[in-house]
Amino acid sequence: MGMTMTQKILAAHAGCDSVKAGDLIMADLDMVLGNDITAPVAIDVFKKLNTESVFDKDKVALVPDHFAPNKDIKAAEQCKKMRLFAHDKDVTNYFEVGEMGVEHALLPEKGLVVAGDAVIGADSHTCTYGALGAFSTGVGSTDMAVAMATGKAWFKVPSALKFNLSGAFRKGVSGKDLILHIIGMIGVDGALYKSMEFTGEGIANLTIDDRFTIANMAIEAGGKNGIFPVDAVTEEYLKAHSDRPYKVYTADADADYDEVYEINLADIKPTVAFPHLPENTKTVDEITEPITIDQVVIGSCTNGRFSDFKKAADIMRGKKVAKGVRVLIIPATQKIYLDCMEAGYLREFVEAGATVSAPTCGPCLGGHMGILAAGERCVSTTNRNFVGRMGHVDSEVYLASPEVAAASALLGRIASVDEL
Amino acid sequence: MKAKGKVFRYGDNVDTDVIIPARYLNTSDPMELAKYCMCDIDQDFVKQVQEGDIIVADANFGCGSSREHAPLAIKTAGVSCVIAASFARIFYRNSINIGLPILESPEAVANIEAGDEVEVDFDTGAITNVTKGQSYQGQAFPPFMQEIISAGGLVPYINENLLEK
Repeated sequence: MGMTMTQKILAAHAGCDSVKAGDLIMADLDMVLGNDITAPVAIDVFKKLNTESVFDKDKVALVPDHFAPNKDIKAAEQCKKMRLFAHDKDVTNYFEVGEMGVEHALLPEKGLVVAGDAVIGADSHTCTYGALGAFSTGVGSTDMAVAMATGKAWFKVPSALKFNLSGAFRKGVSGKDLILHIIGMIGVDGALYKSMEFTGEGIANLTIDDRFTIANMAIEAGGKNGIFPVDAVTEEYLKAHSDRPYKVYTADADADYDEVYEINLADIKPTVAFPHLPENTKTVDEITEPITIDQVVIGSCTNGRFSDFKKAADIMRGKKVAKGVRVLIIPATQKIYLDCMEAGYLREFVEAGATVSAPTCGPCLGGHMGILAAGERCVSTTNRNFVGRMGHVDSEVYLASPEVAAASALLGRIASVDEL
Repeated sequence: MKAKGKVFRYGDNVDTDVIIPARYLNTSDPMELAKYCMCDIDQDFVKQVQEGDIIVADANFGCGSSREHAPLAIKTAGVSCVIAASFARIFYRNSINIGLPILESPEAVANIEAGDEVEVDFDTGAITNVTKGQSYQGQAFPPFMQEIISAGGLVPYINENLLEK
């Protein structure tokens, strides 16, 4: 029996010729990540381990992004704890406010993850790097602490779901619509404990940013990881961002999959996840009654990259945000912020009546910078719409693409670009 | 090792945002976190929970964020065990790593109601519903995970096996 792409990467990192679903392995890691919420817990755990130093100062990344820039005194203390640890352990990849960004946009941009890597992060959206042909998955703080000390993590080798993509998106449709469609189809635990492996000739029609968005939300279907094959698009990105050698793994032709789904990208329509689960999806053309909104957020590790803001700017340019709607634009990294500035997007957003924030995860998890009051509704390009996710338990979050978010901002209700 | 307590019963997809909302994550103090455990799904939980009580939930318990604060808050609130039809994978490994006993048992979940008195034997995976006079079987952990649990969590396991002084 052959191996899936994920299984091949895991086998190589566990020093095994082959692995199969269900095997429990100890794997060597290429990168260990934490943020200002999860790292402080990991630092407490690290102190209980029989070691003084991290396993490799170049293979640990610490990013203050969730409650940074510090939202309150307690958050400031947590960021300080991580900063002092990074200094004390001489961690190379600590990114202070001013150079930091939303971690899963930042690490690929800095070239810290390449194809063939095995990565864990104490953040559930660590699965994002599967876009680059790496195995990456979210874990908790104890796993992070042990990984910082040993460079290793235990894994149960996952079985896989295969998504065979063909065709190309129609205008106004992107990676977010596809992953929301898939989560709506298989449910929030449809990929529980499994890999989501994307293949097929349609991959060539997905930009690297589409792939980041899709892999990012594998966890919203319960997946262990989402992963894409390495092609010319990946290699162009890798060469532009990293000097590290990368390794290309491909699934065996006789690899076993629990299910195979055939999806033609041309069939995907603008899609929105209704409260309070990412699986509650509807296509925008299925919405019959107008759903008025109070806030729009465009940003996050899911959709906070340059191409996301280009899409939004192309829609909002020269127009005005609907009266009564608050629009938050949050470039995910300093580089994306500068690129948007140089492209003129930031001015266009501000002139349209939106506000632009420094990079932060802030509103996505109801941390700061855009909390919702009772009864308020938000269209957001983020990844979760659980009860109370962005604020009051009686507020509502609708997950959507940057295109739908921008169109909704202008019309004051959930809308697709076709309605403008 | 055994646990016995009264059951708090929840549905499908209990996510880590309702177990411990992000607005309380500006601290990592377990006692502080425990004060807000389950508050966005059940405001009475922290007022009513007694040492040893048990959470029983349907599928995909602990989905969402990787925050270890979620199993930590549950454990510190006094909960002795979580029984669910299935667990989200990060919550599952976090629980094993920090020593919060969890058991998968669709059969138990189908029959246990809120307020039932339930006893769990972690060595055998046997679940007894004292109130209803029923017994169910939970899925036993694979030997590797049992070793982590027996060591008292991942930290002592790693200290003994990978970081010997």
